[in-house]
Amino acid sequence: MNPIPTQPVERAPRHAGQARGSGYLADRLFEWLTRFFASLVLFTLLAILVSLVVTSAPSLKAFGFSFLWSDDWDPVQDKYGALIPVYGTLVSSFVALLIAVPISFGIAVFLTEMSPPWLKRPLGTAIELLAAIPSIIYGMWGLFSFAPLFSRTLQPFLIETLGKIPFAGQLFQGPPLGIGLLTASIILAIMVIPFISSVMRDVFELVPAVLKESAYGLGATTWEVVWRVVLPYTRAGVVGGVMLGLGRALGETMAVTFVIGNTQHLSPSLLAPGNSIASSLANEFAEAVGDLYTSALIELGLLLFIITTIVLAMAKLMLLRMGQREGTRS
Amino acid sequence: MRYTTPEIRRIYRRRQLANRFHLLMSLCGMGFGLFWLTWILWTLISNGFEALSWSLLTHPTPAPGGEGGLANAILGSIMMSGLATLIGTPVGVLAGTYLAEYGRRGWLAPITRFINDILLSAPSIVLGLFIYTVYVARFHHFSGIAGALSLSLIVIPVVVRTTDDMLRLVPDSLREAAIALGAPRWKMVVMVAYRAAKSGIATGVLLAVARISGETAPLLFTALNNQFTTWNINEPMANLPVVIFQFAMSPYDDWHRLAWGGAILVTFSVLAINVLARLLFRQKSS
Repeated sequence: MNPIPTQPVERAPRHAGQARGSGYLADRLFEWLTRFFASLVLFTLLAILVSLVVTSAPSLKAFGFSFLWSDDWDPVQDKYGALIPVYGTLVSSFVALLIAVPISFGIAVFLTEMSPPWLKRPLGTAIELLAAIPSIIYGMWGLFSFAPLFSRTLQPFLIETLGKIPFAGQLFQGPPLGIGLLTASIILAIMVIPFISSVMRDVFELVPAVLKESAYGLGATTWEVVWRVVLPYTRAGVVGGVMLGLGRALGETMAVTFVIGNTQHLSPSLLAPGNSIASSLANEFAEAVGDLYTSALIELGLLLFIITTIVLAMAKLMLLRMGQREGTRS
Repeated sequence: MRYTTPEIRRIYRRRQLANRFHLLMSLCGMGFGLFWLTWILWTLISNGFEALSWSLLTHPTPAPGGEGGLANAILGSIMMSGLATLIGTPVGVLAGTYLAEYGRRGWLAPITRFINDILLSAPSIVLGLFIYTVYVARFHHFSGIAGALSLSLIVIPVVVRTTDDMLRLVPDSLREAAIALGAPRWKMVVMVAYRAAKSGIATGVLLAVARISGETAPLLFTALNNQFTTWNINEPMANLPVVIFQFAMSPYDDWHRLAWGGAILVTFSVLAINVLARLLFRQKSS
């Protein structure tokens, strides 16, 4: 039997189009137009990286790798190091996650397992509204409303109790100023809760009902189902959501700028004012004079971009893994 | 039951207690989230409401101690957000179209999708820095255009993502029907796929507008600020978020009051656009 010569499917409209001429041309044009813009998006990331590297060249040349661990930040003598802002960024985001992850988990559990159906939507929307509030509003609220109360109530309490612990107590010493790393962390935590909890909620809902029902059928309590069935099944997705929150927290600018204190000073205490990469940029960049100063700030931005890109890429990979598993299973 | 011994009953009680305790904690988590939302909104309303007045909308920003409003900042915000949306929407829709319609095979679409999701969460201050290095530093002046460009970098990934998602929800049978009628592929995309995904894409654009209306960080060193009203997009431009930032950080009480007024304006327009987007989308999906 003679095999029928087969054309690849996508070729078919091309031949039909060629007969008409103009339709074919329009088709090619449209496809190339969309492909051009898709590539543009792809190259934006690369362009950002390249332009930041190029413009931070003076600082890269002058300080080399010592930029990373030097705690100098002295515009008068033109000496710059990234240690303090990098420390502030990492510590404030890390503490924010310590607060936000358990709470987001609680919210996701409440919304998927406990809430009566009619409350699910309004409560879910309310939590998502937290993400819609502009970050500058968090900053103003933090500075004018939260920080004064914090310095009068919770901070003295922390200094009195946790500050007395021999070794770890160092984290909670110093005057109750209201503003500082811990204040920034708390506000960051509130800001990333909606992102983390909505990812958790989405992946929790992917768990097949059969799995949960069989656990309930064996007599498991709601909590046991969540902890031993839902969580193991969605582990990759949950980690992805947490990383996504971390990515957000690392790059958050305005809310942090209002409350972190903006001092280039390294202190072991979480209550002391500090600085983060994003708030250094927000405060100093427009006023920076001199090539070296500007390029040092741009190098800070480059560091932030690299850190967040890595964190977000890992988050995305985790979530893809979760999605793939879901895809192969069904 | 004959089999229950004190031992077994103790285990049951412990499991039940653990269950109650953890569910109570979840409830507290939910309450914790709602608590901050209420506190923030209450602070905003109690401080911002008295600052609302007509002169807020009609007068430009004053010197400290003077009378004034936020008119120039509101104008600048609307102009820059509008321009950013005008730039970002077509770019985003076309790129999203490639991902959903043409990129089903090959490497470009999956990689672009991945990179786009990273850009979606990239720190906005770095996007501002990028526009500073490629535009402001090159032309040696801050301008409304630079501000709009940096905002459009936030719009694009949002629109790409929603266009891609919404087009992929359109059933292939619709596409096949159009192609079978002899429509060229571009016509199928424009006349069939876009129409089916219309309200979803519009939701994406609205959410992008909501997101850029409150963005401050990318404007700090692109649009900068301007004490005066200007229609010229090539000059430094006042905008609500940066004015709020500057006024809130200042030591003057009347500037603080204006900052709260601006804050309530920004927040409620952002929330209103969000609600609008949700309504639009729900209407479609029901």
